[in-house]
Amino acid sequence: MRAPLLSVEAVSRDFDVSRPWLDRMLEGEGRRLLRAVDGVTLEVRRGETLALVGESGCGKSTIARLMVGLDAPSGGRIEFRGQRRQMIFQSPYASLNPRWRVRDIVAEPIRVLRLARTAEVDGRVAQLLAQVGLAAEDGERYPHEFSGGQRQRISIARALSGEPDLLVCDEPTSALDVSVQAQILNLMADLQSRLALTYVFISHNLAVVSQIADRVGVMYLGRLVELAPAGELFSRPRHPYTRMLLEAVPQIERTGEPRTPVAGEVPNPLAPPPGCSFHPRCAHADERCRRERPELIGAVACHAVQEGRISFAR
Amino acid sequence: MILQAKNLRVEFRTRRGTLVAVDDVSFSVARGEVLGVVGESGAGKSLTGLAIMGLLEPPGRLAAGEVWLEGQRIDRLPQAALRAIRGRRIGVVFQDPLGSLNPLFTIGGQLEETIRTHLGLAGKELRQRALALLAEVGIPAPQARFHHYPHQFSGGMRQRVVIALALAAEPILLIADEPTTALDVSMQAQIIALIKRVARERGAAVMLITHDMGVIAETADRVAVMYAGRIVEIGAVRDVLHAPRHPYTAGLMASIPRIAAGAGRSRLAQIEGAMPRLDAIPRGCPFHPRCPKRFERCLSSRPELMPAEEGQAACWLHASAIAQR
Repeated sequence: MRAPLLSVEAVSRDFDVSRPWLDRMLEGEGRRLLRAVDGVTLEVRRGETLALVGESGCGKSTIARLMVGLDAPSGGRIEFRGQRRQMIFQSPYASLNPRWRVRDIVAEPIRVLRLARTAEVDGRVAQLLAQVGLAAEDGERYPHEFSGGQRQRISIARALSGEPDLLVCDEPTSALDVSVQAQILNLMADLQSRLALTYVFISHNLAVVSQIADRVGVMYLGRLVELAPAGELFSRPRHPYTRMLLEAVPQIERTGEPRTPVAGEVPNPLAPPPGCSFHPRCAHADERCRRERPELIGAVACHAVQEGRISFAR
Repeated sequence: MILQAKNLRVEFRTRRGTLVAVDDVSFSVARGEVLGVVGESGAGKSLTGLAIMGLLEPPGRLAAGEVWLEGQRIDRLPQAALRAIRGRRIGVVFQDPLGSLNPLFTIGGQLEETIRTHLGLAGKELRQRALALLAEVGIPAPQARFHHYPHQFSGGMRQRVVIALALAAEPILLIADEPTTALDVSMQAQIIALIKRVARERGAAVMLITHDMGVIAETADRVAVMYAGRIVEIGAVRDVLHAPRHPYTAGLMASIPRIAAGAGRSRLAQIEGAMPRLDAIPRGCPFHPRCPKRFERCLSSRPELMPAEEGQAACWLHASAIAQR
């Protein structure tokens, strides 16, 4: 078996959220660190789509930036065994330079990375635009002339122009309407099979993830709590948090049905609970969960699952 | 009926001509009922809500139509009278809870002020009423949270405070515009449950504006689907979502990703193209360029809402059924 395209080993990332130096001196406060990613280990295999899901503040965007090399980890190691990594961002409005024509936006990685001779660049740009469903003439226009979905197509064309091995997509369809989201998800799937791309797909939307992912990692407060093949995770979720998330997704099939809403909310990441960080919201938590942090064993980081205290009668 | 909107038309006068953003929209909401208004960006759903509340900002204006609240016409009232109605009889919840709260006052203070203004309570009674409201919307330890400022609350808790404010004067109509969009799924489910309870237990009429069909499915009794400024389908939520009568609704439903356990990766159905811009709404049925079922009549003549099974759909496919009757 070939080595994975990307290995993430016990990676952490801290952010300094201390108050200004003078305030700290006057009030005798120390530095404050926010651990956005906490000891995550996983690998990305060639040609797969690995999705990372979780609620706001779970660290999924931070790990996306680490995986693409935009940030350096505070601890642990990331090894990338490919040539180039590219990223697609959530906002198709903020991620395109409004003063550049689309053809220059798409051509920039080609020029910077010297992937084609100057005379060939225009042809390559036209080809890329066609690949994402835009016309060659669209290259002459500016980003503001396009709708959100079309802009996201431009972002994808730009990312592909760098001929990446790995594409890290951070909520690429969250800002789009559902009918446009379907178009973009289908486009991404088509491009993957045609160009043998590897995706890391970051999303808060479990339904979108179930549509596109081969494997899914669930994050909570900076930690990976479950990592499993998509079919397994959605048919037989094991971690209590994964089950809670799945339970919370509003579903069209359940029109008008009553259900028990999820209790509580994500704790302050500056002061995460000791032991398993999910224990204050977990119905299965016991003394060990409050004290000892569970490691990811098999597919799940949960004492109750590992001790067989949770049954999976489904 | 608590709310009746009749033939609403919202226009924007621009240098390039008049744009019609909401076109001949009519519906009603009964006591204890949740009406979902759903559509994609630019469909006119938020503007419809703003038009009802009298909150359209120039150059937008209500060019035609009537808004009736409990048998009283309110769209022609002077601003001052309308403002009194808005706080007292219409409660409003917007997407961004921070924008609805004053950062300089404690949430308890804001709540008490609202109750004092609209219900005229004071002293101990006022405080008790405010605390009861916070408890009702699910703020844990309301006594302790009473003196906190908005920034000390999480997004979901802030939205609860906004809902408490909207309910403070015991309104008969609650208009919620994307109340769950800025929230995580676990919070979303809690806010949905809260809105349903408001309709059921207080008997308020709720107009829930959202782009999220999942939220509609779990919350609404009836649903209106908007496209390019018009209602294209309206009916009971079960009928519209599970047996859509308009090809746009059908396409929209099919394009929603679903969690299909064990089914694995699959292609989503997609509607080709995009919703037209307001300055380029096609002749005939506005949906016809994207419609897989269009025929000649759709290109030239615009369908009005017509009976389709239990509900109504603005689609010529249902005209033949009517003629046969």
